[in-house]
Amino acid sequence: MKLPDLTELALRNLRESLLRNSLTTVGISVGVASLVAMLSLGIGLQQMASRRLVKSGLFDTIIVSSRREMRGMDREEERNGPIFGESRILDEAARQEIERIPNVSEAYPDIRFATELRFEDKPHLTMVTALPLSARSNDAFDGMQGSFFTSDSAPEAILQKSFAEELLGKTPPLGAPEPNVKELAQPLLGKELVMHFAQRGPTPAAGGDSETGDVAGASYSVVSREQKLKIVGVSDQDPESMRGASRAKVFLPLKLAEDLHVMLPTDLREISRASDQAVYSSISVRVKNPAKIQAVEDAIKKMGFTTFSIADASRGLRQFFGVLYSFLGIFGSLALIVASIGIVNTLVMAILERRREIGIMKAIGASDGDVRRLFFAEAGAMGVLGGILGVLFGWAIGQAINFGTNIYLKRQSLPPENFWAVPWWLVAFAIGFAFLVSLVSGLYPAGRAAKLDPVQALRYE
Amino acid sequence: MTTAPVISSARATVAIRSENLCRHYHMGENVIRAVDGISLEVPSGEFLALLGSSGSGKSSMLNLIAGLDRPTSGSVFVQDRDLAKLSREDLAKYRLHVVGMVFQSFNLIASMTVMENVELPMRFAEIDRGQRQTLAREALERVGLRGRIDHRPSELSGGEQQRTALARALINRPKLLLADEPTGNLDSRTGTEIMDMLREFNRELGMTVVMVTHERALAEKYAERMVFLADGKLVEDRPNGPTMSAGGVS
Repeated sequence: MKLPDLTELALRNLRESLLRNSLTTVGISVGVASLVAMLSLGIGLQQMASRRLVKSGLFDTIIVSSRREMRGMDREEERNGPIFGESRILDEAARQEIERIPNVSEAYPDIRFATELRFEDKPHLTMVTALPLSARSNDAFDGMQGSFFTSDSAPEAILQKSFAEELLGKTPPLGAPEPNVKELAQPLLGKELVMHFAQRGPTPAAGGDSETGDVAGASYSVVSREQKLKIVGVSDQDPESMRGASRAKVFLPLKLAEDLHVMLPTDLREISRASDQAVYSSISVRVKNPAKIQAVEDAIKKMGFTTFSIADASRGLRQFFGVLYSFLGIFGSLALIVASIGIVNTLVMAILERRREIGIMKAIGASDGDVRRLFFAEAGAMGVLGGILGVLFGWAIGQAINFGTNIYLKRQSLPPENFWAVPWWLVAFAIGFAFLVSLVSGLYPAGRAAKLDPVQALRYE
Repeated sequence: MTTAPVISSARATVAIRSENLCRHYHMGENVIRAVDGISLEVPSGEFLALLGSSGSGKSSMLNLIAGLDRPTSGSVFVQDRDLAKLSREDLAKYRLHVVGMVFQSFNLIASMTVMENVELPMRFAEIDRGQRQTLAREALERVGLRGRIDHRPSELSGGEQQRTALARALINRPKLLLADEPTGNLDSRTGTEIMDMLREFNRELGMTVVMVTHERALAEKYAERMVFLADGKLVEDRPNGPTMSAGGVS
């Protein structure tokens, strides 16, 4: 029998016992809905977690340092990698090369130094770092008071909340509630900070002295300088949480920091090297897509540098979600398996009821295969219809839960979130899976119908 | 009473030939010999009546010829095809293309319209919808049911249902028309209509007709030859009256 005829006959037969077949189809759709609901919850949670993590700037950032910086740390790379003397220097050329790696959105030097900042003539020693303008999207600045830098070279500073507390002398004792960032920012915004720092400049003697064996460009002067900074923002959260002890509490625009030529610890170490290129202790590399972080990391490692990212943690996260999917999928499938027993039951009942009809079909020329395919088509049609209905149910459940949760979040003054996501592949998978389960359920009834003895079947009243 | 089963055929070809055909059923320890060693030859184009009382084995014999059942022993050849040796798949093809069947209880599919019932064998034969509908209309016209094509069997009289079944049996142009008590559920006038049609198909389309009946009068009126069965055995085989053109008792 041709497929269109088969489909037509199958649908006609399903219509004949409309109530029973509808109930079976609803059973399948409930199974599919539970599968879709479970999996889309898993997917939604993963997407939410990824969104959060990407926004945190942790998952799309690789910190690159020269192996020279890692000396003595007994890391695996040090033992297995190129020996110290041969490793590459992290200079401007290397930075540009890294920036050209596919999927890298930017690579900027980590300018990070401890220095003295004066506020209302009181000195405060702290760690300062430079941020590119792209850091504005980092969710650490979501709850910031004030504004982000007006430009890449503006003499402005953003303070971390704990430094603001220090400036105002409001550091809370341990265990006490932290002061509100709004209250902290109010007296500080628009005020001036004076930063004292050591500036590196070329020496008049540059060019070399043959008697002492100086290398060209390998000497410089250090001058004490001051830079006035306007406080434009106070950040509630800490964008540098992955840096540990070296995390900065004051942030400057990147270009400004570069132009200041602050003397960095690496400058001393690189003094023996004849080069007029800037040398960095580390570079922050941001990738366009966190999924590509491993490829970018590998490419940088191949260049001879040491890298660090939280990709390892994200791998763990992916693994966690993989396990979560399996569990949610198994629980979701249970309902579908129960529904598949419904299909077997419905079709076995149909064989009993249509025994004579099967006999007639065989008497007028239907082969075993025709009868088998007809029952398969009926099972498959119930599966596909149940699958489509189930996806719609599942989607509706998801919308309802999103809606309900967001009402709750709104009451808690939290931003709305989508916990639920039904991607197209899940829709296709759910319908396909329902179809497959239905066909498997149809195996036994279809086989039984095909093997019916026509003489016996025709005698059946 | 003559019991010799051997038929001398004057016709060119033999449509059906059975050799010592047996169909035995086991009911617990008892063996029911529904068909018990029947040898028979039916020439092409003959109208044969299988007569006998209830339980004589005539329907079992018809089922064996129809390829709905398989013999316990012996063989049945239809157009030189040994049905016992055909696979289930080939037997289905045989029923589809070689045999048309009409039953006492009409055996129409209740959920289908007259048109769909008649079309059904052509769906199994994978004939296109357009051609299917043309042929079905022609067949229904032939049995006088043109105006009833969209009715369901339950909306038809017994005679109309049997005519629908006849149209369905004709649709794949079979060589062999097998009828199992075709007038059993009909009044005598309608029964006569149906029998007239069977004779028409036999004469005009050259179909070999084997009809099972317990009504001797009907057989005498329409059949060319009458074969009597009792307890699964052939007890009498004789030509029928002046219309007889072939077959005979040796």
